[in-house]
Amino acid sequence: MTESRQAVTGDLDAMRREEHDLVVVGGGPAGLGAAQAAYDEGVDDIVILERDFELGGILQQCVHPGFGLEYFEEELTGPEYAQQFIENVAERGVDIRLDTMVLEVTHDRTVYAVNDEDGVTEIDAEKVILAMGCRERTRDALDIPGSRPAGIFTAGTAQRLINMEGKLPGEKAVILGSGDVGLIMARHMHLEGAEVEAVLEIMPYTGGITRNVVQCLEDFDIPLRTQQTITEIHGNDRVEGVTVQEVDEDFEPIPGTEYEIECDTILLSVGLIPENELSVDAGVDLHQVTGGPIVDETRETNVEDIYACGNVLHVHDVVDWVTEESMIAGRSAARSLQDRVETREEPIEIESTGKLRYVVPDRISTVDPDREEIPLYMRVHAPMEDVFVTLSSGGEQLARTFERRAEPGEMVTLNVDSDTLAELPEPRLELDVVQREEA
Amino acid sequence: MQSQTDVVVVGGGVTGTAIARELSRYQLDVVLVEKSPDVCTGTSKANTALIHAGFNADPDKQKGRLNVRGNELYHERIQHELDVPIEWRGAMVVATDESERPKLEELLAKGQDNGVDGLEILEREQLLEKEPHLTDDAVAALWAPTAGIVNPFELTVGFANNAVENGASVELEAEVTDITKTDEGFTVETAKGEIDADIVINAAGLYADEVSKMVGVDDFEITPRRGEYYLYDKQFDIDIDTTIFPVPTEVTKGIVVTPTDEENLLIGPNAQEIDDKRDKATTRQGLDKVLEGAQKTVPDLTKQDVIKEFAGLRPAIKETGDFRIQIEEEVPGFINAAGIQSPGLASAPATAELVVDLVEEVRGDLEEDPAFDPNYSGPPKVRHMSHEERAALIEEDPRYGQIICRCETVTEGEIRDAINQPVPAQTVNAIKRRVRPGAGRCQGGFCGPRVIEILSEELDIPMTEVKLEEEGSELLTDEIKQPLLEKSREGSEVNADD
Repeated sequence: MTESRQAVTGDLDAMRREEHDLVVVGGGPAGLGAAQAAYDEGVDDIVILERDFELGGILQQCVHPGFGLEYFEEELTGPEYAQQFIENVAERGVDIRLDTMVLEVTHDRTVYAVNDEDGVTEIDAEKVILAMGCRERTRDALDIPGSRPAGIFTAGTAQRLINMEGKLPGEKAVILGSGDVGLIMARHMHLEGAEVEAVLEIMPYTGGITRNVVQCLEDFDIPLRTQQTITEIHGNDRVEGVTVQEVDEDFEPIPGTEYEIECDTILLSVGLIPENELSVDAGVDLHQVTGGPIVDETRETNVEDIYACGNVLHVHDVVDWVTEESMIAGRSAARSLQDRVETREEPIEIESTGKLRYVVPDRISTVDPDREEIPLYMRVHAPMEDVFVTLSSGGEQLARTFERRAEPGEMVTLNVDSDTLAELPEPRLELDVVQREEA
Repeated sequence: MQSQTDVVVVGGGVTGTAIARELSRYQLDVVLVEKSPDVCTGTSKANTALIHAGFNADPDKQKGRLNVRGNELYHERIQHELDVPIEWRGAMVVATDESERPKLEELLAKGQDNGVDGLEILEREQLLEKEPHLTDDAVAALWAPTAGIVNPFELTVGFANNAVENGASVELEAEVTDITKTDEGFTVETAKGEIDADIVINAAGLYADEVSKMVGVDDFEITPRRGEYYLYDKQFDIDIDTTIFPVPTEVTKGIVVTPTDEENLLIGPNAQEIDDKRDKATTRQGLDKVLEGAQKTVPDLTKQDVIKEFAGLRPAIKETGDFRIQIEEEVPGFINAAGIQSPGLASAPATAELVVDLVEEVRGDLEEDPAFDPNYSGPPKVRHMSHEERAALIEEDPRYGQIICRCETVTEGEIRDAINQPVPAQTVNAIKRRVRPGAGRCQGGFCGPRVIEILSEELDIPMTEVKLEEEGSELLTDEIKQPLLEKSREGSEVNADD
């Protein structure tokens, strides 16, 4: 199947039609990792469709260091990390289409993409990997009352404005939410000369990783105020200030605790939402908690031959895990294309107790003799210290990992090896978190 | 700005622009002056977007007569002439208790008196068939098939653009600061200069009382009545096909649940009188009331999938509760079109027709302009096209192949078209009103910077001067490092003083 880019044009039908083995939707770290892994597994007819003017996704605006510590074992900036993979896919001759937006993916893997050069292209794909990433939650999704002036930005938009456009969104900021993007932007706004009045977090703990709390807030004396939130926004044309309130355990504002902060800018770092509009239209089922597709260990969704990886699947805290996961998806799609994957008669369901927010994957449905272990990604609900994450089946403990401190903001990984899977008491895996003394 | 004209229309809301367009049908020189950088920035931009059938309105009032006539004009003319989304979805007033049934009969009778076509009472089963998400408590409803939904932004912009195409002028950022009666007519002072006119039409919405006072007509006052709304994502589980009202009370029509022309669900408004004509802030209590009210007819609604909350102000004349569309006798040549609260949007074409009659009364017979063309079309809507249609369009003009707003599938071509319309979009919100970038679920998170860039390029201004809406709403404050440079300069000055 090497047929490609044969344009069929005419007055009645201006649509271009193509066929490809693998179409990757999105050229951020997930799409790049998936394409590279698929190629290395022996598939050479791969197209990456990227809506931005360059590959690399959100990494291109993350000019701060801290990337690659796991994967490259050295500290890189976002663009440096991305560049490695951009070069890798280029070397492999992957077909890259920039400024190209995917309009639709059908359940039988017809992909419609648009750009100003080719117009609309209809691609018949053997395999599709969804790697569209995520978007930021907005002020409106939070339901914060008040006026609607200029000066309210999501942290990621502010980051793009500063790093890509060279423009400062404001001079006196309050940051709502202590997700990693918010923490990074607190430091960045400060370094650009803006005043950062406070970072407000509705939870009793930060949403970001500890390293960022120390390096972005503590090192610059930017106050983090937990269990507080903005309950009103002021200003008709430009933000003039916010009303802040303490919240109780149910996150309800406590009357009498109101105070005002004067500011011209509000940056929101209140969560990321996997961008699954295309997936839903293709018939992909989404997970209630992650907001991403429900997948098996190969990252295949409920729709046959459609895979998902990276932040479109579940929001990751560091890009290194995105790379690891996208390589699983790319490799698996390639092996399935080559009929090198055997489907289990009965899939192994993966379940978790209430202490874990979610686990990816949802089930193990293939047997692959070349695969030594399968990583399970998970997040805890609330911070916990001195705990074991345990994996068991039919009451028998199979594996465990010790966590000195488990935070909702930091993903926990537990590997289960293929030999263990071969002899399970029942086709079910259970994950739990137990205190060390109990274990 | 020109210094002399036949008619000045004050205010670029749906009423003012409809009037300007209707006047452009005649051999008249018309100038519309608007204080904001765009039309449709006041009451017209934040309302329920409904073309009411007219069963609710009191036939003894101007608003009763104009609503029914306006609805007719939308059916007969506007929907064919202007390239504006209008859909006749129909509206129902739902009784949730047998005790409310007499009220339905009352509305039916009133509607029939008003000449509203097709009204009937539907029973529970018929209702649930039309709207499966309707409350189990629904017992019956008044059904009005002639009610419709409209995109109020495209409508207002469409009226304004069509007026300009037919020779009228629209002057933006031209706030009226004073009006002087002269021997020949009026001198209108604006932020852009003076203009002499024979006739002044006041369609200044919330500020109509202040404009009217400028010529000495001060016997009415506009009270801003705030209404709050929630707007839902178009990928939303609860499908609602028609406009759903609860049974109205003496005070209010109640919280409406309605689809919009872009398949978002809209709920609201509450009604609260306030003092400040600029205060469009939503409130916790207000929004809670909106949701609670909507749940009365559609109990499955929650805050889940809300993509926007907003408030609008309706300019009410409390004493009469009616429009005030009249030649002011003590100042001949001054025509008020004031107090245009609900159903102002539904009435706009009829209001314009009435105002033309009043202009004729002042000037004598008007002569039609043979060159008048009532037809207007906006930029192509790439999001509503089939893949084949898109492909054909992009082959002709590749700018429609560059998607800027992912959520709403808006192309660079549409955005540049909006900036280059007869009434140009010059702000981020003006572009959003015309072609929708930023109106979707991410609310401009991704496309915002690109839209600012394109505006800066087309208007040839620095990005830091690009505004969200009004003066003072610039989105970006500085070049990066600028505050640092300023601080270090201040620092060195301090040192120099030491």
